[in-house]
Amino acid sequence: MSGLGVSLHDVRKSFGATEIIRGVTLNIRPGERHAIIGPNGAGKTTLFNLISGRFPITSGEIKLGDTRIDQLPPHQINRRGLSRSFQITSIFHRMTVFENLRCSLLWSQGYRYSFWTPLWLQRQLNDRAQFLLEDLNLGSRRDTPAGLLSYAEQRALEIGMTIAGGASVILLDEPTAGMSNTETDYAMALIRRVTEGKTLLMVEHDMKVVFDLADTITVLVYGQVIASGPPEEVRSSKAVQEAYLGALEE
Amino acid sequence: MSQTTMASASSAPAAARRTAWAWPVLLAVAIALPWCFYDFTAGRHSGFMVSMLSQTGMMIIFALSYNMLMGQSGLLSFCHAVFFGMGGYVTIHTLEAVGKGMPIPMELIPLCGGAAGLATAIVYGYMATKQRATAFAMITLGIGELMATAALMFHHFFGGEGGVTSNRMIERSLFGLEYGQGIEVYYLIVGWTFLAVLLMYFLTQTPLGRMANATRDNYERAQFVGYDPRVIRFLQFSLAGLFAGIGGSLYAVTYEIVTFDALSGALSANALLMAYIGGITAFGGPILGAVLITVLQSGVSLLSNSWLVYVGVLFITMVTFAPEGIAGIITAHGPVKRAGMLGRLAVPYVRVIVPGLLLVLGFVGLVELLSFLTIGAAQGKKLVLFGSVLNINSAMPWTVAIGMLVIGGGWLRFESVSFGRVWDDITSEIKAREKRS
Amino acid sequence: MEIVLVSLLNGLVYGMLLFMLASGLTLIFSMMGVLNFAHASIYMIGAYLAFEVSRWIGFIPALIIAPILCGAIGAAIEIWGLRRVHHNGHVAELLFTFGLVFIIQRGVQMIWGMLPMPYRVPEWLDFPLFSIYGANFPAYRGFMLLISAGMLVAIWLLLKKTRVGLIIQAALTHPHMVSALGHNVPMVFTGVFAGGCALAGLAGVIGGNYLTTESSMADAMGPIVFVVVVFGGLGSLGGCFIASIIMGMIQTFAVVFDYTIADIFKPIFTIPRMDNLLGEILTVPMSRIGPLLPYALMILILLVRPRGLMGTRDT
Repeated sequence: MSGLGVSLHDVRKSFGATEIIRGVTLNIRPGERHAIIGPNGAGKTTLFNLISGRFPITSGEIKLGDTRIDQLPPHQINRRGLSRSFQITSIFHRMTVFENLRCSLLWSQGYRYSFWTPLWLQRQLNDRAQFLLEDLNLGSRRDTPAGLLSYAEQRALEIGMTIAGGASVILLDEPTAGMSNTETDYAMALIRRVTEGKTLLMVEHDMKVVFDLADTITVLVYGQVIASGPPEEVRSSKAVQEAYLGALEE
Repeated sequence: MSQTTMASASSAPAAARRTAWAWPVLLAVAIALPWCFYDFTAGRHSGFMVSMLSQTGMMIIFALSYNMLMGQSGLLSFCHAVFFGMGGYVTIHTLEAVGKGMPIPMELIPLCGGAAGLATAIVYGYMATKQRATAFAMITLGIGELMATAALMFHHFFGGEGGVTSNRMIERSLFGLEYGQGIEVYYLIVGWTFLAVLLMYFLTQTPLGRMANATRDNYERAQFVGYDPRVIRFLQFSLAGLFAGIGGSLYAVTYEIVTFDALSGALSANALLMAYIGGITAFGGPILGAVLITVLQSGVSLLSNSWLVYVGVLFITMVTFAPEGIAGIITAHGPVKRAGMLGRLAVPYVRVIVPGLLLVLGFVGLVELLSFLTIGAAQGKKLVLFGSVLNINSAMPWTVAIGMLVIGGGWLRFESVSFGRVWDDITSEIKAREKRS
Repeated sequence: MEIVLVSLLNGLVYGMLLFMLASGLTLIFSMMGVLNFAHASIYMIGAYLAFEVSRWIGFIPALIIAPILCGAIGAAIEIWGLRRVHHNGHVAELLFTFGLVFIIQRGVQMIWGMLPMPYRVPEWLDFPLFSIYGANFPAYRGFMLLISAGMLVAIWLLLKKTRVGLIIQAALTHPHMVSALGHNVPMVFTGVFAGGCALAGLAGVIGGNYLTTESSMADAMGPIVFVVVVFGGLGSLGGCFIASIIMGMIQTFAVVFDYTIADIFKPIFTIPRMDNLLGEILTVPMSRIGPLLPYALMILILLVRPRGLMGTRDT
């Protein structure tokens, strides 16, 4: 499957008088596994929000493949092949796990806003959802309201919902935040597996995850890119070391 | 308590299979009910019961359609009665037109009301769904007040203060019925209510219905699975208006008159009340609420002028202690029943119900006494209890009422603590069992 | 010209009365997110209490006692009612205040009966202050303006010049942050709710004898106060003030004018007389559709600018 890339050109974002993103130019190639790291307050999540259409940019350009997406609403961006997860788990907490996954499949399976199609008769859709459920190892939690799942289970569900629609660009915002070591290992294996062949853009604080998973790392400090390249290059960059002061000594 | 209720408000397959028996049973009950009050010696139906049952049917449709917005889409609307009323007004005019020759049989008349409700909801829904949360609610408040005020003002179509009237004996029917008698109209209502409820339930099992729930739970996540939440809300709003219009249509056929009351904020508030008290998280909740409120309205208002106080207190109690409504309370017992522990609650319930009854009676007594002291006296009425007149000026009734209130209240407080403990014990046992299996 | 001036003054008086009611509601709404449906009911209680107090003691004591009692009632509602319901969400709080409306209305009827109360303007204020073009401007209206202006100044001073006011201002736009900073937000909430109710009570004191005092007065005032709050915008007392004056003016001026939509087109062409709804809409005089205008305006502004006139937070 030929994937899509994301390119940012001199993207700026101000909230009132404060400029949070101060001219970011970045090119994420199709199929790349790209991690964005940086100290707190650098603007990583803001950058995600800009790319995914949650906030409008103040100036610059964001492209998904060849299409400009910085003026589009989130659902339009999603339909063009970009999907994201959230830093604070964002699922349909009152619906069952199965329903959560099924809802993530609806649009990509062509159901649109139909109010005449009975869902229980949709064999292919339901089978797909069931398959996804088992792939995420949540089979035993099928009929549990998503809000009652454990934290790690919810994060897994969220990842599942993010990739369900078949998006070719996946944005993951701190997917392993708050996880224990075992849970992190498990999540990493899951992420590696489900984003096979897709473009992955990830914000992470856990350096082990970053260096294991990413083939390109971008370092964001105070809304600007101070380094971008393969892990070894970034690791040995002076500017990065200064910004982090030893955090990269893994 | 909320955790078990959440688990019970589960996905359609499990819950639907458990309650599938309810549908034909309820239909049978609805059909048979008037006959339980049939006066066999005089050979006619109880007018009061048929009227109340007819009202219940309309209100079930109205409350369920309101819950399409509130419970299922997370939309708080204050103008739902507008679509009910428009359905009513258009129906009256249609009846007039049929009287003059338009060939529409009575059984299909509610479709016209539905169409009117739908059209109005499309127009206003387009405006209202442009905004979210509070702004949405306030727009609907404005729309509701606007329409109610307009209905009072304009004589053409709305008939001004007097409203519009018609005659339902239009002599056009698919089954050859005249609809002159209340019982015939009742069965028309039963048919349409059943159809409407079925359709509204079906709607919850479609992509739109499910995504409406999803949008309610998480607006942003819905966007990121590819849906425009605004379109979802707009469609739900319009369809809810369709069903409200059907309800209004049945109202028009039953009462043969529609006034601005049918669009008023008070009626919209009624929908809110019925849905909330019945329970907005379960599909059938509003049905329970509609039945309860209509029965209270018809029954209690005959016995007491202060019935609005009781509604207010019931409402406040529900909001504070049982926000998931009656349906929520029922579903909370689901896991308990399935674990076979329902019997353990029998005695605790009795211990809670007795002081509870005492408290309620004391409160009602006090309210009635006060009401008769001030208002009733001015109107020259006397308080009659079990056939004998009570002297409201003597100390006895007052001390009894206050005594019951205070004792009932204190005792209930005491008992509810131990009830809570029993409940918690049962819930943790169930959880432990689940963990082991 | 006379009409304009007189209407301007009357509109101002009514607008300030609206502001007194709406300011309390804006504070409560902006800070606590609670749509206090019972706000107009407190206004009603204020009027009835003022009637009683002025009957037994006097009007000036009523001005002080009634608002204090209303504030106490508000505090009681907040502490024993709203606080318990708070964790069930905003809708639950709204519904709670909703239930209160029924109870308060019936309670008022039970205590005072169903007839309007003879709550009149006190004699020492019942004289014409001055006359414009032959129409008398009653002194009582001047008094109303005085009280409402005084209240406006007092609120402004409280908010801008005191520490409590600073906290309230912050909580108006960022309640969560204020809580995170360690302020006793529940107590601030109770205080604001009680304060808002006290303001409503004060409005009842001076409005009850200007308008009528009866058990349906809450229903009459309720909706328009909401319109003012929403129109003015959340988190902004200034917007609330402007909105109150605008609404007051609109309602006063509308009654005076008899123009119709058809009249607007008259210079260009005459609309044929139509005996249907459309014809009715085109020929209805403004004086009759006055009550509609606030709602139409509110809908319009919410469509265009959901923050209202000067709102600092999205509704």
